[in-house]
Amino acid sequence: MTTIDTATEAIAVPPGLLRRIIRQRQAKIGLVLTGIVVLVAVVGPLLLPWLTGYTSTEFAGRPFQPDGVFGTDNLGRDILSRFLGGGLTLLVFAALATALGMVLGTAAGMLAAYQGGALDGIIMRGNDVLLALPQLVFALLAITVLGPQGWVVVLVIGITHAPRIARVTRSAASAVITEDFIRASEMYAVPRWKILLKDVLPNITGPLMVELGLRMTYSIAAIASLSFLGLGMQPPTADWGLMINENRIALTVQPWGVILPVLAIAILTVGSNLITDAVARASATVEENK
Amino acid sequence: MRTLIEQQTEVALQATDLRVATALGKEILHGVSFTLQRGRMLALVGESGSGKTTAGLACLGYFRTGLKHVGGTVELSDGTDLLALTDAGRRGLRGGSISYVPQDPALSLNPAMRIGTQIMEVLRVHGYGASEQARRNRLAEVLTDVGLPNDAAYQRRWPHELSGGQQQRVGIAMAFAFRPEVMVMDEPTTGLDVTTQALVLQTIHQLVTTHAVAGLYITHDLAVVSEVADEVAVMLAGRIVEQGRSDQVLHDPQHAYTRKLLNAVPDLAGRHHIGEVEAVTGAMPIVSRERAASARVATPVVAEPTSLLSVADLRLSYGTNAVLNGIDFELGRGESLMLLGESGSGKTTAARCIAGLNDTYTGSVSLAGTTLQPGTRQRSAEERHRIQYVFQSPMSSLNPRRTIGESVEVPLHMSGTFSRKERRALVLEALDQVQLAASFIDRRPGQLSGGERQRAAIARALVNAPSVLVCDEVTSALDVSVQASIIDLLRTLQVETGMAMVFVTHNIALARHLSQRLAVLHAGRIVDIGPTDDVLENPQHSYTRELLTHVPTL
Amino acid sequence: MLGLILRRLSISAVILLIVSMLVFVATLLLPGDPAQAILGQQATPERLEALREQMNLNDPFAQRYLHWLGGLFVGDFGVSAASGGSVAALLGDRIAASLVLMALAAAISIPVGILVGTYSALRRGRAGDHAATGISLVLAALPDFVIGIALVTLFSTTVFTVLPSVTMAPPGEQVWDYPSQLILPVLTLVLVVMPYIIRMMRTTMIEVLDSGYVEMARLKGVPERQVIVRHALPHAIAPVAQVVAIQLAWLAGGIVVVEFLFRYPGVGQALVDAVTNRDVQVVQALAMLIAAVYVVVNLLADIVGIVTNPKLRTGGIR
Repeated sequence: MTTIDTATEAIAVPPGLLRRIIRQRQAKIGLVLTGIVVLVAVVGPLLLPWLTGYTSTEFAGRPFQPDGVFGTDNLGRDILSRFLGGGLTLLVFAALATALGMVLGTAAGMLAAYQGGALDGIIMRGNDVLLALPQLVFALLAITVLGPQGWVVVLVIGITHAPRIARVTRSAASAVITEDFIRASEMYAVPRWKILLKDVLPNITGPLMVELGLRMTYSIAAIASLSFLGLGMQPPTADWGLMINENRIALTVQPWGVILPVLAIAILTVGSNLITDAVARASATVEENK
Repeated sequence: MRTLIEQQTEVALQATDLRVATALGKEILHGVSFTLQRGRMLALVGESGSGKTTAGLACLGYFRTGLKHVGGTVELSDGTDLLALTDAGRRGLRGGSISYVPQDPALSLNPAMRIGTQIMEVLRVHGYGASEQARRNRLAEVLTDVGLPNDAAYQRRWPHELSGGQQQRVGIAMAFAFRPEVMVMDEPTTGLDVTTQALVLQTIHQLVTTHAVAGLYITHDLAVVSEVADEVAVMLAGRIVEQGRSDQVLHDPQHAYTRKLLNAVPDLAGRHHIGEVEAVTGAMPIVSRERAASARVATPVVAEPTSLLSVADLRLSYGTNAVLNGIDFELGRGESLMLLGESGSGKTTAARCIAGLNDTYTGSVSLAGTTLQPGTRQRSAEERHRIQYVFQSPMSSLNPRRTIGESVEVPLHMSGTFSRKERRALVLEALDQVQLAASFIDRRPGQLSGGERQRAAIARALVNAPSVLVCDEVTSALDVSVQASIIDLLRTLQVETGMAMVFVTHNIALARHLSQRLAVLHAGRIVDIGPTDDVLENPQHSYTRELLTHVPTL
Repeated sequence: MLGLILRRLSISAVILLIVSMLVFVATLLLPGDPAQAILGQQATPERLEALREQMNLNDPFAQRYLHWLGGLFVGDFGVSAASGGSVAALLGDRIAASLVLMALAAAISIPVGILVGTYSALRRGRAGDHAATGISLVLAALPDFVIGIALVTLFSTTVFTVLPSVTMAPPGEQVWDYPSQLILPVLTLVLVVMPYIIRMMRTTMIEVLDSGYVEMARLKGVPERQVIVRHALPHAIAPVAQVVAIQLAWLAGGIVVVEFLFRYPGVGQALVDAVTNRDVQVVQALAMLIAAVYVVVNLLADIVGIVTNPKLRTGGIR
């Protein structure tokens, strides 16, 4: 900590949130880990079939053979090709679901906290109802009715994130709303939407960023899980979750078809969780310095 | 207590060259020494951050998380160095021969334990008496000692079923149960009302003198020091800058800091002048009588026959709980009115109703003859401009994510008639009025001290040139020296701008320093109102009289 | 106190009712005729009509809902579209098997999680704490199937081959007759659930240890062990009960992936099969079952919170 000279009442300037996040070792590790996987997922599809000689759905030979770098999968497709081509959809879907959940949850949570009364009651009881079904069960119910399609997965994961985000937002926003600067804005008749946007939102970015990180981690896990259950991406799409489902019967013979996607998902989620934890620590120190 | 000064001089605890540092190695206590004697009370006085609590806790061999002992000794009457003992050795002394009374009993009493059990715990841990019955008897005895009921039903109460004053008495009973030699009291009356404070101080005084306990009283309040302490040590930034008998230190301070501190303490009699500027407003002499003549000259006396702000039959209740029971008063142009009341008297609620922050009241608030709508959003922009409100805590009233300039600009923005350039000019002017440099415009609240933030908050209220400024406990969150400078600023502003002011406070000592008229609020009613001197010298209501007898003075 | 608990109870009942409506309305969105789905394309119109009558498909919507809801209370979950048999018969054994899995996982992860979390809080900033928080941070990030596959790779296929990777109980015998087959599924669930309990316990304990009343207890000379047991732990119970409840409820959903991975004959696998076959009656029944578990567990956690808080218990809410 920097020195504070009480005699002259000089207060040290706390460094910005981002700088405090990056300064932590685990944030750096997290960024590197996530960076690697994101790079593979984004650049991978562009390298096909130039790098491996096959597209991600093309048959390369007989099933479970050690051909190519990592061998072939259950239908005889090149594992490396499927691995390189199979990460982008997961990332994009997870990002979309997270964004949807964040927008819905933040809006609902802030409104509930700010308006209070009946609206608060309705929003929070609605939350309780949505929370009563575990995320995965909710998703399975939606997939039963609407079929295993990409937009269904994004929508249902996003919607099931919303109540959890709304809870966090509401409690963070409630703390901010008791502050006098909100009352000051009320006193000057600042429009309500502007109070929410300029006074409340900037003061809850800490918990929201933590929530963003958590939900991204969970979205990746949930979407990969659905694909793993055979209820997310459908064959013959190349997808990490689906790859694990397809190849796990041959774990002893040809482990790469399972290990590559499992490793990628593990590194991705651990990386994003490390970043999230760093954000949480950094925003906690902001609170202390306030 | 003063009668005992020459009788007993047995040393109970001696702290020598105490040094405490943070885990990162930054020293925060730079060699503090003091002596505690039986039957006498030493007051450790300092503003926030001076290290007084750290020094007090060191007497129990206790250092908060993140702090460590790096030098010095705490010797007891038998010559053992407390700080050289093992953890178990120190624990045996804590609560036994050296006990502690916490600052905030609401936080320090275990909410999930009955109060009787909490006091019994001390007796059990240290093995008081031969039997459980002996301990039970002691429990009943100590509850009586601190002026609480001692029946079984009372012992079975939970902390949340007690008032603040009762909770603090339980804290004192806990500290006193084992008949300690030394008692360390950390601001035990902060947060209590004046009357309760006086009673608690009396209890402490009795215990210390009749049982020959050596007391260490940690406080920021010099007026309280003069009431309880035999000796005073003044702390500044981890050092004791002055130490001596309390009457000497308080009346003939040697160190510049002590003098500054004493000068900043508002006194009920208004004998001296807090702050530096000598301007006085209105027809009434506020501060020093000697200066009254010159002050009157500098005063823009606005003798307005009609009142500017008038409040009639203001009532408000939450459910069945009536907060305001009909408040009436008038405020003339350029006049300053103090709204005095203890916590729960409804003073803040009344102030908020006037400012339109609380729109559920009945009765009327009129400005220059026009009755105002209850809520700010229903009032016209012009009406909003003319009544401005300054909040209690400057830590909370400025958005930490906005620059001072942005925050101060909000009222101008909402009036919508100024260009960006005009707004900036007006903001700079307001900052200048509150004596903040132009460079503050781009800073954020986190970079400002408490006093600077409060100035910025006042600037926001001034930017629209209001006719009435409502100040809600604006100095209660500040150190006494900062309080003096803010009071001084408000006085100056009132002279310069000629605005009227409603100053809400719980601190009666500020009355003569700030207001021409004084209204005493009790249980949602004004029980006494009139020119400040009249009310203070000739109080009409018993509540005011009670308040005046209990207010601690230097 | 009783009033508070009753209030909480009625809220739970209302939530379950709304969930049941939600689950039932979902069926309306489904295209096609359930009777046709059960009997197949070759069914005669007479048989279709008879089945529709039997399944009350000709009744108005509200009546069908009430009939279905009434059935839930007496254990009549309807007819499976995929097998044509009764849903209750299909799920009977599986519910028991899943409960065994959940109970074992909870019995291990809750006490161990609370102990490790408390230990971590007491050793704040030291090596043991760093190890515990680091490991739980990594485990908390990993999806359940990743942990499961890692365990399978480690213990039953590639590295060691000491434990069975799939559950294969002969028909007529129960899963718990083969304890070695339970180890990996239970271990997976424990590793998924425990990190959250550890982290919550640690945070709560640290908060409590930093509180004024714990400091006061120390300043009273109360021995450290007694400070922790009498002053700190009671305050950590209510928030941890909440997290434990959430985790137990999560177990109800999380077993889906784990059962699928280990081919464990429980409700999770039945759910995946039912979703794959779009067997609505089964999905509905299981969704309601899992929601009921969630609501009941949360209710219990709230009651723990009410009972351990004297402010709520004595009704003295300010």
